[in-house]
Amino acid sequence: MFTSRSIQSSLSFKEKIYSIDYILLCSILILGVISMFAMYSTAGGTFDYHTKSHILRFIVFFFLFFVISFFDLKFWYRSSIFLYIIFFLLLLGVKYFGLTSSGSQRWINLYVINLQPSELMKVGLIIFLAKYYHRMPTNDVNKLKYLFLPIVVLVAPVLLVITQPDLGTAVLIAAGGVVVSWLAGVRIKFFAYASILFISLAPIAISFLKPYQKARILTFLNPDRDPLGAGYQIIQSKIAIGSGGFFGKGYLNGSQSYLDFLPEKHTDFIFTLFSEEFGFFGSVSILLLYFLIISRIIRIGHLTRSNFGKLFCYGFGTAFFIYVVVNMGMVLGLLPIVGAPLPIMSYGGSSMMAIMLGLGITMSCKIYKDVPVN
Amino acid sequence: MISTSSGAINKSKLISRRMFIISAAKAVILAGIFGRLVSLQINESKKYMTLADKNRFREWRLAPKRGIIRDYFNKEIASNKKVYQLHITPENTSNIEILFFRLKKILNLSDRKIATLKKKISKQKPWEPIIVSENLTWSEFSRVNLFLHELQGVEPLVSVARLYSHQSTSHVVGYVSQVSAKELRDKEYLREMSVTGIAVGKTGLESKLDKNIIGEVGFQRYEVNAYGKRIRQIKLDEGKAGKSFKTTIDLEVQNFTSSLLTKVSGAICVMDIYNGDIISMVSSPTYDPNAFVHGIDQKSWNHLLKHRDKPLINKAIAGLYPPGSTIKTLVALSALENDVVNPNLTVNCKGSIELYGEKFHCWEKKGHGFMNMRSAIKRSCDVYFYEIARRLGVDRLSVTAKKFGLGEKVLEGFKEERSGVVPNTTWKKKYIGANWYLGETLHSGIGQGYFQSTPIQLCRMTAQLANGGYEIKPRVLLDFDNDRNKLKEYIKHRNEHPEDPLPIDLLISNFNINPLFKNQENINFVKDAMFASTNEAGGTSYRSRLTDKNFIFAGKTGSSQVKRFTIEQREKEVKQDDLKYEDRDHALFIAFAPYDKPKYAISVIIEHGGSGSRAAAPIAKKVIKKVLERDNLRELQTNEIGKEI
Repeated sequence: MFTSRSIQSSLSFKEKIYSIDYILLCSILILGVISMFAMYSTAGGTFDYHTKSHILRFIVFFFLFFVISFFDLKFWYRSSIFLYIIFFLLLLGVKYFGLTSSGSQRWINLYVINLQPSELMKVGLIIFLAKYYHRMPTNDVNKLKYLFLPIVVLVAPVLLVITQPDLGTAVLIAAGGVVVSWLAGVRIKFFAYASILFISLAPIAISFLKPYQKARILTFLNPDRDPLGAGYQIIQSKIAIGSGGFFGKGYLNGSQSYLDFLPEKHTDFIFTLFSEEFGFFGSVSILLLYFLIISRIIRIGHLTRSNFGKLFCYGFGTAFFIYVVVNMGMVLGLLPIVGAPLPIMSYGGSSMMAIMLGLGITMSCKIYKDVPVN
Repeated sequence: MISTSSGAINKSKLISRRMFIISAAKAVILAGIFGRLVSLQINESKKYMTLADKNRFREWRLAPKRGIIRDYFNKEIASNKKVYQLHITPENTSNIEILFFRLKKILNLSDRKIATLKKKISKQKPWEPIIVSENLTWSEFSRVNLFLHELQGVEPLVSVARLYSHQSTSHVVGYVSQVSAKELRDKEYLREMSVTGIAVGKTGLESKLDKNIIGEVGFQRYEVNAYGKRIRQIKLDEGKAGKSFKTTIDLEVQNFTSSLLTKVSGAICVMDIYNGDIISMVSSPTYDPNAFVHGIDQKSWNHLLKHRDKPLINKAIAGLYPPGSTIKTLVALSALENDVVNPNLTVNCKGSIELYGEKFHCWEKKGHGFMNMRSAIKRSCDVYFYEIARRLGVDRLSVTAKKFGLGEKVLEGFKEERSGVVPNTTWKKKYIGANWYLGETLHSGIGQGYFQSTPIQLCRMTAQLANGGYEIKPRVLLDFDNDRNKLKEYIKHRNEHPEDPLPIDLLISNFNINPLFKNQENINFVKDAMFASTNEAGGTSYRSRLTDKNFIFAGKTGSSQVKRFTIEQREKEVKQDDLKYEDRDHALFIAFAPYDKPKYAISVIIEHGGSGSRAAAPIAKKVIKKVLERDNLRELQTNEIGKEI
């Protein structure tokens, strides 16, 4: 106890620098560089707007990540509710002032950037619940009165996002919240109740789904149902990945992508493009890189002393895993197309910002691992 | 404090325990993703590579160049020409309205044409080029090139299209036009080529030779993007031009015969009587086959279809006419061959004869007086031939007529050719469903009634009489490999070995020739009677004779009734010229020349020309002169061709 206090007060800059997880840092950097090359390939080997913008964003948000790593974990503990509220207000703002693009209202114009608050909410909900469960005695966790708030903070943003409509992000937000609650000790029976409730409500929910969302689910169940329509993306993505073979078609030689057979190649299907050009070898390398990043996040959670830090790192690490798995599962034809970006690789400022924010807080957990938060 | 901290420790343990469970789940999921990658990228990668290639490659077929059709002297009848075309790629234009406005000024496009083009554009993808004009004149083409800098999206290009340089050959050569759905369904070679809008032969030689003359298709393989736009060319195979063909037609004669028919509707056939080479075969009025190459417009098409004289029909092979008096040659021959009469039989022609309660008229109302067979042919006495026909009977006549090629197609592979009718009692029962009347035999005896023949049949009939009564197989194409007409070789053989006349079966096996007579004297008798008809005073074609001893020919006139004369008309002595055009008789003439050493046979038909001696014979005379004048040249050319082989 004493030593930890003395460390807290006397943590020098040099010590902070030393305690950075360099493996995590390098993995992120390598993935960032790979993503830049992949983005360059989406434009068929020209230096277009997407590539420039992606590189700029990576640099800016990597710098942000680096800076917030040095924020005291206490700061994050204290401001977690505030962060959640800010993100929630932005989400409400989208509802009323949001920008509509291709049929859904997801963005809010902040003059500097068009922000997608639902992406930030992925991290916001995790940090909020990490704080909420930090001090709560294990016995209280499963008391109904203490379950009330987590349910509200989880369901409210999820409903807002679903109505944008953006089913994919809503599912990913909910997944983060559920994971943190589970880690904090919420009994399985509550999840079972929630599942039963969800399943019984599903038919009603389905009636609220947009036709294209229904089509996507049906298409997932049978991609050949409508090969030129809703099934097109899955089929073309599988063709691209499969035709890559073991070593791929070579950089800038992915015919499926440069001839535009591949849809959304710079966002949700960036892994497909990479896979086509670098084959099985490349796909497994990317998979390993993500595995490394996730395991470093989990390791930091293990090292961190505070429950807040543990809950956040475990929660965020697991959520990160889910993001990767949902995206890959989607492009590999294992999951329906729901619109989930691949962290760091996919084009998209808000997603990048949220991921870097989460990674920054994780790194802060590493630097201040021995510091109690309250 | 302690309880709290121990609680915190418990909590920390709980969190770690649960994290461990999650990690285990993660491992399973990761294994699943890894397995999927193995399955897609290793196990099934071949299948997906094929699918990816199917996505990216698209092939375009290229229409090959058609072979060239030449005349006997190697002049081109159907060839290929460069055409200047104008294509627009709507995607590359900034404003299609302005572009059409400009083009309209430069090319004189009609508003209707522009409207149809716009409709077409709206139906296809913006990067698919549309053909604005398939055939620009040089001045239009150069004007477009001059203004090209302000015509964004316009592509002037040079292509190849069929060219027919002589309208005299329109019917025999035929024309090409865009392939139809029916042709694609019926013809396998066209289906295999699968070139959209390829020009295929529709009639005449173009249709007959289509399979060989069309060539071998080439292709371009392009890489295309997801929207079907061509990105780059991967492979180009230009295909192979079609086989060229040489015909037996003499273009010079063909143009000449055609020019003789400019003011009338009819047909002329000229044939080598030994090898069946068709030297000329024209039908009038003619049409411009070039109009079909790029698709004929509705107005011109309707004009051609509704024209009184049916310009699209090749009257030489598809025009059916009663042979009229020209059949008398065969009636006489048949009667002699069957020993029904002898040539000295005399009949007194009083202008008409009453038989079976019906009155049969001779064309000479006053009557010819006493006629024997020679003079009856010479003066074309109908009454004499009523008598012959009566004694002969229609069935024996039909056997002879069929032997000489009437009632069957003369050429091979001309789908528009018709076979005509040689009537007899069984034919009538089968097709008309009634019994034969004896009166009908008399009508048949002068080539009227049910008799229907084509000019080419009459020409072949004449040739087979002229060559001494041997069967020939007329042809338009020189066929070096498969020459079935060995008549000349036989004649050479006979001249060299006069003492050894070959029996019929040896003729057929040695020379592949088939004598059509029982007694050649009878053939010679008919030939002599035809000589009389043209070269002796009183003959029906005496006025059209040629007196130069090299050009002397023998012929037979004919007039075939279109509409029967009424008794009233007969009494008023109505002249042909006074009748409505449609009711006038067809004028026919058959001949062979030169008389002493026959070489060519000719048939002329002038629709509604009145009488054979006035309308057809004078034309035949000019043709014979022309053909005989060119005989030497043809001989030389034949030797040249002989050397080629």
